[in-house]
Amino acid sequence: MSLSLDDVSRIARLARIEISSAEAERTRDQLNGILAFVAQLQAVNTDGIAPMAHAVDVVQRLRPDTVTEPDRRDAFQAIAPETEAGLYLVPKVIE
Amino acid sequence: MINASLKELASALAEKKISSVELTTLFLDRIEQHNPMLNAFVTIDRAKALATAQAADQKVGADRTALTGIPLAHKDIFCAEGWRTTCGSKMLGNFTAPYDAHVVEKLNAAGMVTLGKCNMDEFAMGSSNETSFFGPVKNPWDTACVPGGSSGGSAAAIAARLAPAATGTDTGGSIRQPAALCGLTGIKPTYGVVSRYGMIAFASSLDQGGPMAKSAEDCALLLNAMAGFDPRDSTSLERPTEDYARDLEKPLAGLRIGLPKEFFGAGMDDGVRVAVEAALAEYRQLGATTVEVSLPNSGLSVPAYYVIAPAEASSNLSRFDGVRYGHRAAEYGDLNDLYAKSRAEGFGDEVKRRILIGAYVLSHGYYDAYYLKAQKIRRLIAADFTAAFKDCDVIMGPTAPSVAFKFGEKSADPVQMYLSDIYTIAVNLAGLPGMSIPCGFDRDLPVGLQLIGPWFGEAQMLNVAHRYQQATDWHRRMPAAFAG
Repeated sequence: MSLSLDDVSRIARLARIEISSAEAERTRDQLNGILAFVAQLQAVNTDGIAPMAHAVDVVQRLRPDTVTEPDRRDAFQAIAPETEAGLYLVPKVIE
Repeated sequence: MINASLKELASALAEKKISSVELTTLFLDRIEQHNPMLNAFVTIDRAKALATAQAADQKVGADRTALTGIPLAHKDIFCAEGWRTTCGSKMLGNFTAPYDAHVVEKLNAAGMVTLGKCNMDEFAMGSSNETSFFGPVKNPWDTACVPGGSSGGSAAAIAARLAPAATGTDTGGSIRQPAALCGLTGIKPTYGVVSRYGMIAFASSLDQGGPMAKSAEDCALLLNAMAGFDPRDSTSLERPTEDYARDLEKPLAGLRIGLPKEFFGAGMDDGVRVAVEAALAEYRQLGATTVEVSLPNSGLSVPAYYVIAPAEASSNLSRFDGVRYGHRAAEYGDLNDLYAKSRAEGFGDEVKRRILIGAYVLSHGYYDAYYLKAQKIRRLIAADFTAAFKDCDVIMGPTAPSVAFKFGEKSADPVQMYLSDIYTIAVNLAGLPGMSIPCGFDRDLPVGLQLIGPWFGEAQMLNVAHRYQQATDWHRRMPAAFAG
């Protein structure tokens, strides 16, 4: 299985990373190299093996549904690229 | 003083032979002198460091710990309030952390003094420090060589004696491999022992912070201060507090060392093999026995890792959107264009590659073939270790297949670079503790011996490493060019 240039553009779109056509070609070759390398996994028999999502089996902790975080909006917005009146600014999304 | 152990520094401070301000000044001066050559630090703040040192000097009695007043450096993956925290990326080039990572909070509470933030591979993705936006770190043993990665800045800083100790993180070998390549001791604890809160996420099911220093004893003292339950990390483990230094002096008689035959086959440089074999001979002298074990699926660890880690990275790094923090492109059209341009400009090539691989293996129609398959193989790899630990107490082998390599030697081919972590990655997949200690030289460059313990076996591993370091002096060697 080998990626085409269209595949690379589609993945880049999914990942929200702009990619030029010159870059896409180089990227395709490198991604195909990595995918060829990981392809060896396909040959392994894993029938009946449960997937291991985490290194240590732990159950998700629960806590009371109470507010634990202080309000630090000003500190967090001070490092944002663009804010106004306590809101993060982005290009218009609703016409 | 620059070669002193943390214990020696602590007693010098307690006996007022030196103040923390003097000690901090000594290391800040060395950073100023040598960092232009090594590029180990990306941020230094003399005033902030000295203010903390001054506060440490004022602490008395019960307010003092075994580490009060001792300076250290943080890998720039750890958020430290008021410090620029870049993770080696243009994306966070102007990011000032608004809070402390749990590890930073704990080391601050212990009274340690932050000298600065250490360079690293971008978002910890690399094994040579060549992917840092801030330029590569150089290996103090040979500045034409890489220091390893991704905690390469931390490793170079300690090796050149610009800091007595540093923090690191290890997702696939990022503490152990640079420790090996720079002649240091580093330990990656069992997954869940050290909180990931405030440690910028790469692959969350594998990431684990740990100490890097000159000796196992130093690492034990640091781990005592770094480890502990933290409710803010959902995978932090609730366990009784441990003293990781408690068994340091235990004799090694009767210790069973497992040698995985897969780690001693082709692929390891002869010079590395000679040094590792000599270390094993030393261990037999100390009363240990060696037994061959097998990790039959360990050869699958690198390909499994390069499915799992990029998948988790593509998800974790989706938070960098140019909206709430981090780089935002100067010009953009709609919201999607803002995301795509900010991310294209903010991320470097290796990070983009891994995000794309991750997005692909998680995408519709491919999830079962890649991600689920890799997770099943992960269980096989972990089961290999469980079986091996029936016959031994600790596993040993090389940390890396070769000593430090030259800049550019492996950077053209991503897969070649990935294979430099061939002996370390299985440990992360299984969640085990792993360690690297210096065990000799090949072509004048340090060789690392890897120790792998069973889950929560840190105290014993530190004991095993410490006894070796009492019998040998590899860990005391330092690069001559930085002796002055």
